[in-house]
Amino acid sequence: MPLLEVSSLSKDFAGLRALDQVSFSADGGKILGVIGPNGAGKTTLFNIISGIYPPTGGEVFFQGKSLAGMHPHDISHLGIGRTFQIVRPFQNLDVETNVLVAFGHRSYRSLWKSMAPCRRPEALQEVRRLIERTGLRPYAKSLGKNLPLGFKKRLEIARALALQPRLLLLDEPSGGLRYEESYQLMDLIRMLRDQGIGILLIEHNMQVVMDLCERIVVLDHGSKIAEGSPEEIRADPQVIEAYLGKEAEDA
Amino acid sequence: MSGYLVTILITISIYAMLAHSLNIITGHAGQISLGHAAFFGIGAYAAGLLYTKAGLPFWLDVPLAAVMAGIVGAILGIPCLRVRDDFLAITTMGIGFVVEAVFLYIPFFGGAMGIGGINLPSWFGREMTKGEYFILILAVLALLLLLDYRLGRSWIGLAWASIREDEQAASAMSVHVVRFKVLAFVLGSALAGLAGGFYAHFLTFIMPQNFGFGQSILILCMVVFGGIGTRWGPLVGAALLGILPEISRPIMEYRTLLYGLLLVGMMRFQPSGLLGEDSLVVKSFIKGLSRLRQGS
Repeated sequence: MPLLEVSSLSKDFAGLRALDQVSFSADGGKILGVIGPNGAGKTTLFNIISGIYPPTGGEVFFQGKSLAGMHPHDISHLGIGRTFQIVRPFQNLDVETNVLVAFGHRSYRSLWKSMAPCRRPEALQEVRRLIERTGLRPYAKSLGKNLPLGFKKRLEIARALALQPRLLLLDEPSGGLRYEESYQLMDLIRMLRDQGIGILLIEHNMQVVMDLCERIVVLDHGSKIAEGSPEEIRADPQVIEAYLGKEAEDA
Repeated sequence: MSGYLVTILITISIYAMLAHSLNIITGHAGQISLGHAAFFGIGAYAAGLLYTKAGLPFWLDVPLAAVMAGIVGAILGIPCLRVRDDFLAITTMGIGFVVEAVFLYIPFFGGAMGIGGINLPSWFGREMTKGEYFILILAVLALLLLLDYRLGRSWIGLAWASIREDEQAASAMSVHVVRFKVLAFVLGSALAGLAGGFYAHFLTFIMPQNFGFGQSILILCMVVFGGIGTRWGPLVGAALLGILPEISRPIMEYRTLLYGLLLVGMMRFQPSGLLGEDSLVVKSFIKGLSRLRQGS
């Protein structure tokens, strides 16, 4: 049974088909790249998997269980963590508190447990461990809004990890980063994969995609046009066409 | 203590309770409300009716008033909190108008004449003095602050903070956004109802005008003025804006002008309130302390 199974997923926005019958599956301990030109439906796909919008058609299964009708708070509790393309840390909370929020996923479901103090030493210790692991230690006490972009992206990953996820959805983690920064981030992503977390990665930087991913799904105008290893994708004529446009045949 | 002074102190402490209750909704959970006086009114009317018509004693009618305001808060809050920001402001304002109109036009609630004969509570076989009533209110206020402290350190407080910052990110962190918003709304409404109960027994008669839009705005001003989302800010705001009408009696006609100027000035120089972020009061206090230490 695959960790995540996306089965003929479609999404219409006021008559515009953003996703059209997309199917694929993802496994734990593997990085699956999701690429495609702007407007191909990549972020829409993430938003459906994480429960922000319901699909128009099709279904998503996580560990064999359908996610139909579930809200983002249910899905994140089940073990799907995500980051956002445009980073959204909690601006006026410090890094530790940002991570701690996600750590409460075991408490929020019961009013009784929610009344317990949140800054218990055990919880804080685990939060600090995550902060260490994601390289955020120098900023542990800084407010979310005061972090440099690269560390905001790390913070989003740390927050998602606090959910103890089996699957991570990373929406352009290297977008807007300098070369070294994105390489450091790639190391982090590899480390998470090696711990057995399944990773779905939207990425524009082809270098990053080709280096990191075992398999790649290519979307264009809402449809899946190719799926395969980085070598297969690189050689696929349909992919080349989607990115570079059709060769001028009638010239 | 003179009667006049006690009257002012009681008024301020009831306002402090009220501002504190709004601070839970608007300060902690970040949900604007322009109709908070409605729940103050529901509490006051519930206490008044239970006391005068059902003959319940103060010690029962006031807690019941809080429960009723909380229940109405839950019923109104669930649809209300599915809308955001400016829509929420308008929806809550609408609730305020509807509740005031219900008090005014439904004869059961006494119409424009309101409800009278709601006495101060009795204990030890006699009616409480105003001084004793003031101490009772202070004790309740202390309990509320303790509750606020506990909530602030709990997962509930953290969930509220995350919702205030970014609802979508909060839900991606497994925070059940609607549930925690409704919780804030119910708790804030119930405590406003509690304040309403104390208010009714203090005024001894209540009228719809006590709970109108102007009152909602005044409560919000107290919260903003003192420092929205801080523990002590709403109390400070309630004390300052509560004293202001008394000390500005000689310039009665210009009172609203003075209020307006104060608020504009606040927004310009201390947008987070007197005790909020970058607080001049706190800064100069710390500066003063360190100067004292160096001097000695």
